[in-house]
Amino acid sequence: MTWYLRPAGEVLLAIAAAPLAAPLFAGWIAQCRAWMQNRSAPPLIQPYRMLHKLFQKEVALATDASFLFRVTPYVLFATMVLAAAIIPTVATGLPFAQVADAIALIGLFATARVFMALAAMDVGTAFGTLGARREMMIGFLAEPALLMVLFNTFLLSGSTALPRLVETYRAHPSLIEPSLLFAAVAFLMVLLAENARIPIDNPATHLELTMIHEAMLLEYSARHLALMEWAASLKLFNYACIGFALFLPWGIATRATSNGLGLVIAVASLAGKLIVAGAALALIETLSAKLRIFRAPEYLATAFILAVLGLLVHLLLGGQA
Amino acid sequence: MKLAHSIVDFVLVRPEGCLYCILLLLLGWLVLGVGGLIRPHRTGYIAHLLFPLGAVVSLGVALVAGTALARGPLPQTMTLPLGLPDLPFHLRLDTLSAFFLLLLGLAGVGISTFAAGYFRTGAGTAPGLLCLQYHVFLASMASVILADDAYFFMVAWETMALSSYFLVTSQHRIPEIRRAGFLYLLMAHLGAICILLCFGVLQGGSWHFTFDAMRGSSLSPVWATAAFLLALCGFGAKAGLVPLHVWLPEAHPAAPSPVSAVMSGLMLKTAVYGMLRVNFDLLHVGLWWWGMLTLAVGLFTALFGAIFAAAQTDMKRLLAYSSIENIGLIFTGIGLAVLFQTGNLHLFAALALTAALVHALNHAFFKSLLFLATGSVLHATKQRSLGKLGGLIRRMPWVAGLALVGTLAIAGLPPLNGFVSEWLLLQSFLFTPQIPHAFVNMLVPLGAAALALTAALAAYVMVKFYGVIFLGQHREASLVQARDANWLERLGLAWLALGCVVLGLVPEFALRAAGKVTNVLLGQAVAPSRAWWIAPVAWQQASYSGLWLLAGIVGVVSITFLLVRSLAHGWMRRTPAWDCGYRWQTSRMQDTAEGFGQPIRHMFGPFFRMERDLPAPSDHAPRYRVHIEDRLWRALYLPLARGVQRAAESVGRLQSGRLAVYLLYSFLTLIGLLIYVLWV
Repeated sequence: MTWYLRPAGEVLLAIAAAPLAAPLFAGWIAQCRAWMQNRSAPPLIQPYRMLHKLFQKEVALATDASFLFRVTPYVLFATMVLAAAIIPTVATGLPFAQVADAIALIGLFATARVFMALAAMDVGTAFGTLGARREMMIGFLAEPALLMVLFNTFLLSGSTALPRLVETYRAHPSLIEPSLLFAAVAFLMVLLAENARIPIDNPATHLELTMIHEAMLLEYSARHLALMEWAASLKLFNYACIGFALFLPWGIATRATSNGLGLVIAVASLAGKLIVAGAALALIETLSAKLRIFRAPEYLATAFILAVLGLLVHLLLGGQA
Repeated sequence: MKLAHSIVDFVLVRPEGCLYCILLLLLGWLVLGVGGLIRPHRTGYIAHLLFPLGAVVSLGVALVAGTALARGPLPQTMTLPLGLPDLPFHLRLDTLSAFFLLLLGLAGVGISTFAAGYFRTGAGTAPGLLCLQYHVFLASMASVILADDAYFFMVAWETMALSSYFLVTSQHRIPEIRRAGFLYLLMAHLGAICILLCFGVLQGGSWHFTFDAMRGSSLSPVWATAAFLLALCGFGAKAGLVPLHVWLPEAHPAAPSPVSAVMSGLMLKTAVYGMLRVNFDLLHVGLWWWGMLTLAVGLFTALFGAIFAAAQTDMKRLLAYSSIENIGLIFTGIGLAVLFQTGNLHLFAALALTAALVHALNHAFFKSLLFLATGSVLHATKQRSLGKLGGLIRRMPWVAGLALVGTLAIAGLPPLNGFVSEWLLLQSFLFTPQIPHAFVNMLVPLGAAALALTAALAAYVMVKFYGVIFLGQHREASLVQARDANWLERLGLAWLALGCVVLGLVPEFALRAAGKVTNVLLGQAVAPSRAWWIAPVAWQQASYSGLWLLAGIVGVVSITFLLVRSLAHGWMRRTPAWDCGYRWQTSRMQDTAEGFGQPIRHMFGPFFRMERDLPAPSDHAPRYRVHIEDRLWRALYLPLARGVQRAAESVGRLQSGRLAVYLLYSFLTLIGLLIYVLWV
C-alpha cells in the first residue's frame, strides 16, 4: 500500500522545492545589490509579494495572441522546474537525475528560449520581435562556450551526467586541476549572459531600446507574467546549481552520504553557496556597466576562448581523457 | 489477418522474399506512373487515386524493408536479365540498403499523401506527366539503393537525376526555373562523372564492375585515396557539400513543394548512402586524414548552410540552405566515424555513424514536413517571400500547428527527434581526445564547438522561419483570405509530424536499426540499454530519455495549470496589444526577414557578398534594399564558366566549314596513327 508513497513523495519534493526557493535567491541578489549601491534594500520576500500580486490580477491579453502565447508561460515554467529536478542541487540520487545529462539540459534551456522567442513574436509588436532576435543571438553565441565548458569537465570525469560528475569529484578530490579555473570563469560569463544580467542585459532597465529579456515580456500580464518572472528566477537558480555541481561539488549528498544528516549538510551547504554566489553576482553587477549589444559577440567569444584554453591546458599537461 | 500472416511467412521463408516484394512494389510505382498517362489531364483521377496508391506502395516498401532489417536473412541478392547482353542488373538488399529503403518508404508515405492533395491545377506540366515523373523518381531512388553493380547504379542514378530535372522544371515557362534546372542538370552530371571514375578506380584492374568484385579487389593506398576523393566529389555534388552546393538553393525552391520535399528529404540521402557504400563497404582500407577531410568539409558545410539560411528572405531558399546545413552534420558524423575507425576505436566509430544515420532519418521527416508546409502556405497565399507573410497561425491553424512540430524538431530541441541525433553527435565528439594522433586530438574537439554553434544557429533560423511566416501581424492585407490546407495535405503533414514525435520519444527503434547497419559495416553497435532510454556508450557516461522529459514537462504544466486555476482565478479580457503604449503600431513595424537576419550579416560579414542601397535621410519615399550573394559564385563558378567558354571557343576554331580543311584533318590523323603504329 505504501510502497509508492516514498518515491512519489521524493518526486514531489524534487519538483516543488526548487520553485519555492528560487525567488528567495533572486530577492537576496536584489537586496545585496541595493546595499552595495547605497540604496535601501527591499525585503527578502519581495519577489514572493510580486508573484502574489500578479496572480491576483486579471489577464489583459492582446487581441491577436494565439495559443502559443498563452501556453508559453506554462511551458517555460515547466522546463525550468524540470531542469531543477534534474540538476543535483542537494543530492546525486534525485528521481529525475538520469532523464537528461548536461548536454540535454542545455537542450532543455534552448527549448525554453525558443518558446519564449516565438511567444514574443506572436503578437507582432516592434519590441517583441526585437527582443526575440536579440535573445536568440545571445543564445547561439553562448551555447558553443557552454559546450566547451562541459568538454572540460567531461575530460576530468568521463561523464556528462551531472550526478556522476559530482560523485567522481567527491571520490577523487585530487582531480580538481588548473583547466577547471578557466572553465569556471567561462561558465560565469555564460551564466551572466544567459540570465539577462549585466553586462549583457540589465534586469532592472526601463529603457525599451536596450532590453533583451524584458522586451519579450512586454505584452504579458498577471498570471502569465508571474510565471515568466518565476521561470526567470528559476533559471538563474538552475544555472547557479549547475555551476556548483561542475566546480564546487562539496556538500552535495552522494549515494554514500544520502542519509538524514547528509541531506541536512547538503541543504545547509547549498544555502551557504547561494548566499555567497548571490553576493558575488551583486558585486559583479555593481562594478560593471552594460555593454552595447554588438559588443556581446566579443564578450562571449572571450568566454569561448577561455574554455578552449582550459581544454588545451588539460591536454597539454598530459591529462588522460 | 491470416492473409497478412501468410504473406509475412512467404516473405520470410524464401531466401530472397524481401527483395522480390520490393521489386514488385517498385513495379507498382512504375505502373502507377504509366497509369497517369492514360488520362493526363484528369486531376481528380490522378490526385485521388494514383497518388494515394503511391503512398500505399511507399508504406509497403517501408514495411518490407523494416521486416528485412528486423528479422530477414540479409543480404539477399538477385540478378535480373535486363540491360545489355553481357551486363545483367545485379541487385542486393543488405542492412545498409534496407535502412535507406526504410527511410525512403516512411517519409515517402507522407509526401505522396500530401502530393495527392497538392496537385490540383493543371498549370505547367500536365498532372499525368508529373505523376509519371514523380513515381519514376521514387522508383529510381530505390533502385540506386538496391543496385549491386556499377552499371545498374549509374543507370538508376541518371534516371533519378533526369526525372527530378523534369520535375524541377515543371513550371518551365518561367525563365528562372529553366535556369535553375540547367544548373542542377550540369552539377548532377559533373557529380555523375566523378562517381563513374570512382567505380573505374574501384574495380582495380579486374574489369568486373559488380560491387562484389570491387569488395574483393585490393587497391594501393594511392588508388584508394583517388577513389575516396572521387566519391567525395561525386556524392558531395549530389548532397550539396560546399563548394559543390550552388545548385541546391536554386533547384529546391524552383520545384513544386512535394518535389522539393522528396529532393531534400530523400534524394540527398541517396548521396549519403553512396558515400557510406563506397567508404565503408567497397573500400577496405581507410586513412585517418580522409576522416579529417570529411569532418572539416562537413563542419564547414553545416556552418555555411546555417549562416546563409539565417540571411535568406525566400522561405524555400531558407529551407534549402538548412538542408545544406543538415547534410553537413551528416557528413560530420561520417568523418568522425572514419577517424575513429582508423584509430581502432570501433565503438566510438559506431556511435558517430549511428548519429549520422539517425540524423539522415530524422532530416527526411522534418525537412519534408517543412517543405510541404511551405507548399500549403504558397497555395493559400501565392507568396514565397517572407517579407509578405505573417500571422498565418490564425488563418491556417492546422498547417501552423504541424509546422511547429517540424520547426522545433529541426531546431534540435528536446524531446523531438532532431535533438536525439545532435545529442549523439555531440556525445561522439566528446571522445575525440582519444584519437591516437597528436594535435588531431586537440584540434577535433574544437569541432564540437562549431557543431554547437551550428545547432544554435539552426534554432535562430527556425525561430525566424516560423515567427515571420506564422506569427505576428499579416504583412499584406490579402493574407486575411488565406485558407487552411485540405484534408489530404493535413494527413500528409500529420504523418511526418508524428514521425518527428515518435522518433524523438522512442529513439531506440532508429538506434536499433542503425545498430544493425553499424554491426555489419564496423562490427560494433551502440546498445540502447533500456526501453525508453538511450545511453549509447555506458549508463554512467550519459543518458537521455525524451519520453520522461516530455512526461515531466506535461506533468508540471498540468499541475501548475490546476494550481493556478484553483488557488487564483482564470479571469482574462482581450485588449489591443500594449506595445509600451504606442498607439500607431502597424504590421510593417515588425521585424522583417532582413531585419531578423541583420545580426548574422553583421557578425559573419566575410561569408557574404553584400549589396546595399541605403536611403538618404531626406528621402521622401525611402527604399531599403539589401542583396546578399554567395562569394563562391563569383570567386569560383563564374571564372570556371568563362574558362570553359573560352576553351570551347578556341576548339571551335577548328570548325571552319570548309570541306578541304576537314579532309586535311582526316589525313593528318591517319598519318599520326600510322606513325604511332609503326613506332610502338
